[in-house]
Amino acid sequence: MTVIFGIFLLTLLVITAIGIVRTRNLFVAVMLLGIFSLLIAINFFILDAADVALTEAAVGAGISTVLFLGALALTSERERLGTQHRWLSLAVVTSATLVVLYATFDKPLFGDPGAPVHQHVAPWYLEKTPEYIDIPNVVTAVLGSFRGYDTLGEVFVVFTAGIGVLFLLSARRGGPNHRAPAEPDASGIGLREHVIPRVVGRLLVPFILLFGLYVQFHGEYGPGGGFQAGALIAAAFILYALVEGEDRTLAALPQSWLIALMVGGGLLYGGVGLAGIALGSNFLDYSVLAADPVAGQHLGIILIELGVGMTVTGTLLSIFHAFAARDRA
Amino acid sequence: MELVLDLVSWVLLSAGGVFVLIGGIGALRMPNLYTRMHAASVTDTMGAALVLTGVMVQAGLSLATIKLAAILLFLLITSPTASYALASAALLAGIKPDAGHAADEHITDGGADS
Repeated sequence: MTVIFGIFLLTLLVITAIGIVRTRNLFVAVMLLGIFSLLIAINFFILDAADVALTEAAVGAGISTVLFLGALALTSERERLGTQHRWLSLAVVTSATLVVLYATFDKPLFGDPGAPVHQHVAPWYLEKTPEYIDIPNVVTAVLGSFRGYDTLGEVFVVFTAGIGVLFLLSARRGGPNHRAPAEPDASGIGLREHVIPRVVGRLLVPFILLFGLYVQFHGEYGPGGGFQAGALIAAAFILYALVEGEDRTLAALPQSWLIALMVGGGLLYGGVGLAGIALGSNFLDYSVLAADPVAGQHLGIILIELGVGMTVTGTLLSIFHAFAARDRA
Repeated sequence: MELVLDLVSWVLLSAGGVFVLIGGIGALRMPNLYTRMHAASVTDTMGAALVLTGVMVQAGLSLATIKLAAILLFLLITSPTASYALASAALLAGIKPDAGHAADEHITDGGADS
């Protein structure tokens, strides 16, 4: 049954991908990308990768759709026709597809326990997580502790992306009074004049924030963690910005706070790593943070997940505000 | 008892599936945007409610049922709001709600605010 459902979903995925490539209307493409993300999130979920599914649904279908629409508001709705190297592209794509198809013949079967990926370090993680870290969600144990270096790198990637977008989008924004030309929303565009979305949006924001905090601090026990929580909390603020206007959102959570969140998250993560050195062990070894090594691991994972969540929230909201401010400048 | 619950959930799930199917056919076959939205709204409300209730009957009295009930509550609040926002955006974009015409007709002389 799962296999049939999987084949059905993958077929829909291919159809959606072809639709994205074929359409010339970029709004349609953005909507199809959201559908694509939701489909692939369901795929991840039926493969029992609940953490990845949650991330894909929150970031792919939620935040990036809003960011794409924000970018589209600054440009044109139609895709420009630029097909000078048509045959070259076709040749590259075809040969890449053939190579990938050829590679699939050597792949182990779906769910094969003897596959290399199940023989390498995964059994060790599964066996040692209860002993060393003692949390039910092995994904969080791997992500936060065993492979803490990788996650630190991901946080810095997110941070760098945020800095890059801020740098590019604020380059031509003139002076300190760039917010001045904000025109009054008399035209009825924007949801401020619309009572129903406004009331419902305001009603939903606290629940989304609460769910975000739940995902943040429940990451050791269920699917979730800093990345997902950061996306959810950013989504709550973006919803608030959509129904109440960007100014009120910036009054609630100013840009300086967002920068502080971005920087503070990375600093917190790195600081926890350095604390391991200061207490006489290795970088990012949490066992020495408390008297009991397992309690130390718990403390370290909670702190670094908090750092991840802070950086992701700050970065996503900064990017959103950068697009929204560019619109009016 | 088990059999009765299975039957009830089977009926609910099938009815929900029928409503989703009707909504899908309507969204494809209706002539213009507002009638298409009208047809598709069946999936959001009746279809989703019946399917979720059917799954709730299967889950019994557990945490999963409470989560499903929360999902149902949020769906019943958010999907009419989304429909409202969509229709409102279409009206602002100048698509005239006129059931007499077969296809969408744009208001040409900027009369969207009238």
